[in-house]
Amino acid sequence: MRHMMSPLDFSVDELESMMDLAVQIENDPEKYAHVCDGKKIATLFYEPSTRTRLSFETAMLNLGGSVIGFSSASSSSATKGESVADTIRVVGTFADIAAIRHPKEGAPLVASQVSPIPVINAGDGGHQHPTQTLTDLFTIRSLRGKIHDLTIGLCGDLKFGRTVHSLITALIRYPNIRFVLISPEELRLPSYIREDVLDRNHIAYKEVTRLEDAIPELDILYMTRVQKERFFNEEDYVRMKDFYILDKEKMDLAKEDMYVLHPLPRVNEIAVEVDSDPRAAYFRQVRYGMYIREALIMTLLEVSVC
Amino acid sequence: MLNVGALENGFVMDHIKAGKAMTIYHDLHLDRLDCTVAIIKNARSEKMGRKDIIKVECPIEELNIDVVGFIDHNITVNVIKNGKIVEKKKLSLPKKIVNVIQCKNPRCITSIEQGLDQVFVLTDPEKEVYRCMYCEEKYSGHRNK
Repeated sequence: MRHMMSPLDFSVDELESMMDLAVQIENDPEKYAHVCDGKKIATLFYEPSTRTRLSFETAMLNLGGSVIGFSSASSSSATKGESVADTIRVVGTFADIAAIRHPKEGAPLVASQVSPIPVINAGDGGHQHPTQTLTDLFTIRSLRGKIHDLTIGLCGDLKFGRTVHSLITALIRYPNIRFVLISPEELRLPSYIREDVLDRNHIAYKEVTRLEDAIPELDILYMTRVQKERFFNEEDYVRMKDFYILDKEKMDLAKEDMYVLHPLPRVNEIAVEVDSDPRAAYFRQVRYGMYIREALIMTLLEVSVC
Repeated sequence: MLNVGALENGFVMDHIKAGKAMTIYHDLHLDRLDCTVAIIKNARSEKMGRKDIIKVECPIEELNIDVVGFIDHNITVNVIKNGKIVEKKKLSLPKKIVNVIQCKNPRCITSIEQGLDQVFVLTDPEKEVYRCMYCEEKYSGHRNK
């Protein structure tokens, strides 16, 4: 029995197979509409989430399965002091697979150590969110037809953004990926990722502060939100904030086949006027997320089309 | 010079950095043993100038000696049987250490989950980096080297 705690739990070849399966599901959803008949997913969400929980639930429903679970810690036994380990032991007697989101880092790993059913980490604090990374990888592959020989711009809050850290760690396993790290000085990628991940693996990257300077060379632009509270003073925030708002003017500088991704929710870092641009792929990304979660559920449950 | 009698059966931890013997005493939970334990502080050493030594009169198997490797793998451990050294243990950085150090990350599940072992894993032997198995927070406390 396998679990999904980190994207690195699966080899590049295994992820490739999972993405191939996701493509087949996307192309012929009817064929997969009953592969999980009689199976149940438990979505154990100790903190609120809209997209991730609904994406998991929809993924299971699309495969013919059903859903149980809770969407906040207040509606679970956690309020009575039940441990994560005990909760999964109990839930494991009802469901066939579980997706866990928890504010405490490592909680899904604790569950997986005692769980009788496969556990998926659906986000644990600022630590990991592997299905977002799978979504990002699958989106890049679907849009560009490959996950190699690409220049990928990561823009915004590179210091605290767990999706960015996780994506970088996953992408360096593919050949000829170059990164352009676009952020204010205050929100640069942490040194442990620059040194321990990028430098150690001899990955090409450069750091810039202005999105305009970087955008012409990018194949993928991965946007994240720059939050006001991350700055030490208001003046710096005001000075920098417009550099990181993607608008039509900046899109005009980009290649015709550059795609814009965003883990969502978007606040104001991508102007609404960009939504109609065919290169704005962040809503398609949500759809790809659902397909890859379907493929992940099938992989962990070891079910296939008869 | 102060003399402490030779051990008949047990083990000797030598080349402990001067002043660190008591830390090892506590981390190895020697205080819980009923056997004889001799702590020699600030012994003269050609190599180190000053050093600490601990002599323990109990079978080495009763203790989690890996902890000493985590604290300082330059410490030498000699196993004594019938008054003679029968083994010089070479210490290395343990791949995993359980319930010796605590994760300081307030967002880590170990801060709330009851009965959970504190497990740290050696993730970078070159830089001697240990990370919490659950949240991957780097151990930033002081080891005794």
